[in-house]
Amino acid sequence: MSEPVPELVDQVKAKNESWVANYKFTFGELTIFVPRDNINEACTFLKNEKGFDMLADICGADRGPEEDPRFEVNYHLFSTQHYGRVRLKVLLSEDDPHVETVVTVWRTADWHERETFDMFGVIFDGHPDLRRILLPSDFDGHALRKDYPLRGYEPYSMN
Amino acid sequence: MGLENTLFESLPDVVTVKLDAVVNWARKSSLWPATFGLACCAIEMMNTVSSRNDLSRFGAETFRASPRQADVMIVSGRVSRKMAPVLRRIYDQMPEPKWVISMGACATSGGVFDNYAIVQGVDKIVPVDIYVPGCPPRPEMLVHAITMLQDKIMKESVKDRRDTFEPESRESIVPGTLPVTEGTALEKETEIEVAQNETSRPYTVPSRHERRRSY
Repeated sequence: MSEPVPELVDQVKAKNESWVANYKFTFGELTIFVPRDNINEACTFLKNEKGFDMLADICGADRGPEEDPRFEVNYHLFSTQHYGRVRLKVLLSEDDPHVETVVTVWRTADWHERETFDMFGVIFDGHPDLRRILLPSDFDGHALRKDYPLRGYEPYSMN
Repeated sequence: MGLENTLFESLPDVVTVKLDAVVNWARKSSLWPATFGLACCAIEMMNTVSSRNDLSRFGAETFRASPRQADVMIVSGRVSRKMAPVLRRIYDQMPEPKWVISMGACATSGGVFDNYAIVQGVDKIVPVDIYVPGCPPRPEMLVHAITMLQDKIMKESVKDRRDTFEPESRESIVPGTLPVTEGTALEKETEIEVAQNETSRPYTVPSRHERRRSY
């Protein structure tokens, strides 16, 4: 597994140097840090030319309110052609949690991005239908943020 | 059979009783619960009906999949905030007479799930007749709850169990229970707020097809 890692990074870099802000290879897993403006292009490249035809998951992460790039969006790609996996990571600040959508690349990203928006408040620009998917539509706040109180912002009552 | 022979020999042709006694006796002897399994308590509820803890001994074994044919709603498990309007709607669809058993700690008080997602007690949504403690309660406890409910039914009056066609009860059926399907959450959700102000009950927002029907 360690062999194709720099290879893929080099291939992405050869396509466009600015797509790879950083990369990490730990525990046999490759993580590429992508600048948020390039995520759609990088995903299109990886899907069309590198055979990553399956988007396994998109998940958000909150590093905590005190961290500067507070939010992460992780894209887990899988290739059914050469059985390789790669993780793309986009870092977002709290003031401007916008990232370009990848629904245009993989249609399955629709619900994954809705879930990430629902739980973390990350806004995917260009998403066709960005609204809550798990929580009720009148929910206040984003439940998986670290500073979200466990019992919610106001106690549940039917009155 | 022997019982009929004995009855007809010993009783007169006409028996005078209170209407409540006869009607309540009939009602309590064939309670039809609605199938409403929500979580792990539902496994115990199924076990209650099965052969070991034969609930049909008490006339309550006929679980109906439709609330229109049910008398008792056994809320078995935790009720999430998103499930709450659905539960209320199913309760509203049940015809009178109807009773509610809150089964288990979660349905009764939220249980260990003291968080934003779970309703802290189903009695905030529907009126509850019997609370069953336990996590989950044993099937015997549910059987006991059914028998307690039967005792309670015997103390009721028929007059109190009329189907109400008041505006309030109509109101509670009409608003939808599905989440709003129009617009994005990015926009200011004024439409939802307006819909909530129209009906006094939150978490019942008219769904799209119902709004269309009301034009």
